[in-house]
This record gives sequence, C-alpha cells and structure tokens, in this order.
Amino acid sequence: MSQSPAPAPTQTFAGKEAVLQALPEHAAIQAILKWNSAALTDAKLAFGELTLTIDATQIRAACGAVQAAGYNFFEDMTAVDWFPGSPRFQLSYHILSHALKERIRLCALLDAPGPDSEPSIDSITPVWAGANFFEREVFDLFGIHFAGHPDLRRIMMPDDWKGHPLRKDYPVEGYR
Amino acid sequence: MLKNPGAPVLDLPVSEHLGEHRMVLNMGPQHPATHGVLRLVVEIDGEVIVSVRPEIGYLHTGIEKTCEAKFYQQVVPLTDRINYLDPLSNNLCYCLAVEKLLGLEIPERAQWIRVLLTELSRINSHLIWLGTHAMDIGALTVFLYTFREREEILRLFEAVAGQRMMTSYFRIGGLAMEPPLGYFERIQAFIRTFPEKIDEYSNLLTGNPIFMNRLKGVGYLSAADAIALGVTGPPLRASGVDIDLRRDMPYSSYEKFQFQVPISTVGDTWARYEVRLVEMRESVKIIQQALDGMPGGPVKADAPKVVLPDREKMKTEMEALIHHFKIVTEGFAVPAGEVYQGMECGHGQMGYYVVSDGTAKPYRVHMRYPSFATLQALEVMCKGRLIADLVAVIGSIDIVLGEIDR
Repeated sequence: MSQSPAPAPTQTFAGKEAVLQALPEHAAIQAILKWNSAALTDAKLAFGELTLTIDATQIRAACGAVQAAGYNFFEDMTAVDWFPGSPRFQLSYHILSHALKERIRLCALLDAPGPDSEPSIDSITPVWAGANFFEREVFDLFGIHFAGHPDLRRIMMPDDWKGHPLRKDYPVEGYR
Repeated sequence: MLKNPGAPVLDLPVSEHLGEHRMVLNMGPQHPATHGVLRLVVEIDGEVIVSVRPEIGYLHTGIEKTCEAKFYQQVVPLTDRINYLDPLSNNLCYCLAVEKLLGLEIPERAQWIRVLLTELSRINSHLIWLGTHAMDIGALTVFLYTFREREEILRLFEAVAGQRMMTSYFRIGGLAMEPPLGYFERIQAFIRTFPEKIDEYSNLLTGNPIFMNRLKGVGYLSAADAIALGVTGPPLRASGVDIDLRRDMPYSSYEKFQFQVPISTVGDTWARYEVRLVEMRESVKIIQQALDGMPGGPVKADAPKVVLPDREKMKTEMEALIHHFKIVTEGFAVPAGEVYQGMECGHGQMGYYVVSDGTAKPYRVHMRYPSFATLQALEVMCKGRLIADLVAVIGSIDIVLGEIDR
C-alpha cells in the first residue's frame, strides 16, 4: 500500500475537504469514501492524529469498512460528555493497524433530548468482540445504550446504582 | 461466543448425565489466586468449565471522574494508583499525552532516563507476575527469589522518587528532579547481576515437570481470537502477533534503542511464560544501552509556565517565583484538543485519551488499560478445560485489578 509523506505533526487540518487534500491516499479515508462517502461528516488532523467523524447511525458499518482496509485492532473506545452543548455525547473509537503501524480515531456524535435521556447507538461487538467491556463501561458510566450488545449490564457500579457518574451533570463529590 | 479451533483437544470422560452435574461456582472476589478483587462466576460440569463470567468493579474508585476536578499536574499522582505494579509506565503515558497537547519538547536526558526507569518498572511488573504465577501453580520458592530482586528495584525507585511504589517521578515537561549522585552506578550494579537471577528463576521452573505439565497446552489463545478480543502485550505476542509499540510506534526516543521483541506461535500459558522471561532479558539490554549512552543536559523542558522552577531560581528571580505561584494556585491552561497516547507497559498496550477544553483542568481523561481488555479472553482460554487450569490462565494473563476497575 503506497503511503504519501505524512504532514508534520504540528500541522492542523480541520474539515473534511482540508483533510482529504492533506491525506489523499490515506488507507482509512479511502476505505470510508469507497464504502459511503456521505457517512463521513467531518474530519480532522491534529497533533498528528487523524479523527474521522462518522454519522452515528452508520458506525458499525464504518468499523467494518476500516477493518477490511487493514485497521485490524480495536484498541479503545470511550465517550465524552459535552453537556450542556449539543450534540451532547461524543463517542471516540481508537483503531490500530498492525500492518500500517498507525492509529485512527472514529467519532460518532449523539444527541440527548433531555438531561436524563439515554441515547442509543449500534454496538460494534459484531465487528470486534473485544468492544464488549468497553461498551458496557460507557453504558454504565454515561448511560448510552448499545443496540445489539450481547450482555449490556453495568460493569463498574453496583447493579442498583442510580445515575451515570461520568456525565458532567453528576457531581464529583457530595450529594446529588 | 468465539470458537477456539486450534486448541489442543483434551480427552476427558464425558458425563453420562450431562447437565445434571452442572453447578455454578463463585470464585472470588476474595480469593488468593485472583490477584485482587476479581470475581469469577464459573459454570462447571464435574470439573470441566462450561462458562466463565468475570464480574469486576470491586475496586472502582472513579479515577477518571476525579481527574476532571484536578489540575493537569495533579493527575500525575493519581495515575500511579491505577497499575501500582508498573507505576512509572502510568506516569509516562499520561505525561506524554499532555506534552503532546502542549507541544512541549522534552530534553534528551529526560527522555533517556524515562526509558531507563520505565524498563526497570517493566522488570518490576514481570517479577511480580512470575512470583505470584509460580506460587499459584504451587512453586512457592520462586516468589521469594523474585521479591528479593523486586525489593532492590523498589529501593532504586525510592532513591530517585522518594517513594517505593507511588513514584510520580515523571512530570509534565520532564522529571521531578535530577537523579541523585551515584544513582546510575547503582542501576549498573543491579543489572550486572540480574541476568544471572533470571537464570535462577528459569532453573527453578523451566525444567520443572510439575510446572510444565500445569502450563503446557493450557489456556490456548489463537492469534485471531486475541486480536478480536483486544488482547495486547505478552499474551498477544505469545499467540504469534508481532507487535510491540516500543518498536513499532516509538515514543520517548525508544527508536534509538536496539532490542528484540520475543514472539511465540504456540499461544498457550507456557508460551506466555517464555515470552515474559525473554522480555526481562531484553529490558536489561535497553537499560544497559541507556546507561552507556546517557546524554547530559537538563531534565526539565524549558517551559517556565508549565514546569515548576528550580528552588534556587525561585529564591533569586522574581519571575520564577511568580510562575511557581501561578502553576501551583491556578495550574496552566492546555490548548483545546484531544490526543490519544499509546504505549507498551508490562501488561500490554496502555493508552491515555486526554480531551482538553482549553482550561487548566482536563475535560476528560480516559485510560485504556491492557488487563481490562485481556480479561475478556478468559472464557475463550478456559472453556472445556479443567477448573484447576483457570488459576494457571489467570496467572498467565497477568492481571492487576487496579487497572481493570480504575
């Protein structure tokens, strides 16, 4: 696979067009564009790390597309709560390629209509079974549901716990 | 659940009344062989394991939430407490992530001392694994041998950081301070004799028929399953996947060091034992190279708004005093953005995902720890095997509950 010379890590490219121009032959971008170019809603290259924002309804298929392109190893996934911003939740998937020695970040943005609402996204466990515990952790600590997850239960907190501690409207200490 | 096609077939007598002899066994959370507070709900048929379900969270302290309420520099001591057997790797990974956000240039000497001490920390982690793993199998003596060397490593940590386990020696922008006089000679003395000590462990275990019988062919994990389940580090390399972030995605000037990455294609518990033994020898080589080529110069980056000034400067320069006051009272702002820093710690691939919103406190810190993902492979490795093998397999994946529960 041919690789174009990587831009210097200090350079920042924000927006889909700018990143496509900076990295015309990137394997992950090519795979996403070939699979469904409309699903790639945004892209960013900052600190030498590539972030591809994917339409939240398409995340499982996007993971399958990059997996087929050589990004074979699911490394990490977590969520960020941008409360009270909108869309509220950002899910970040870090995928590593053993062959290309390169990591990409797939992002999905999820909105929650009310402060206590629990949004839902497709589970990626059919693509990488190893996402199981990571998705359970996000479910437990953020209250995001994963459709198609084989065993969606709380993992860190007790089963009868109320609330989701890593949400920003949950206090660090004291009573709620 | 995933199939395990390449696993050696175990010829066990099949129960005539299949299903009738099934029972659910609750192992842990207080069990000496689970290395902490791991609870396993094991379904067994006679002595054969039907399913294993890990129940975790008994040590959850909400470190990720705590980080959001601290200044960036105050998070460093929290990271020690996650994987308390490999403290300097935690420090390094967090510091590298924040330094990436800040765009800090770290002096070469600080980078080399970081490599040196991280490798020492890796040996520390492997020594505890070896001692406790052998003890679980019944070879109690090895524990006393490995803890003899571990004690020396802890003394070396104490000499440089003032703390035996919770070191917090790596800071954002470099090191806490220059190592004391004669420190490198002490490390040299330690690694001069250490390869012989590895031979001692090997003499006790490698030819030991009980140890071999308990480990060989047990806990088989194929490369495909290991990748699918997010297994990293020695268990992944023992399954034949040639990946080590120190070599493949170097950080902190690892690209300047020559070392071998041990691989085994067997994929069983024994292979993991062998891989880790060789890794300790390779760590010694890296430490030797770091000692031989240790560059001079400062150990802190030239960034007065981020790095605390030296004591002497504070007493003589007004500006240094102001910077010190500001860093301690209101922290330092980190440019907005998100970074993921991966590295290879003793157990596998560690990762810190730091999101900044431009203030002095991290908006989100997420830690990816290898044991958390590796634990998912437990069922694949144990299914259809005897219950006694479960203890051998838990030992071989080298879990620390502090990093699983965080």
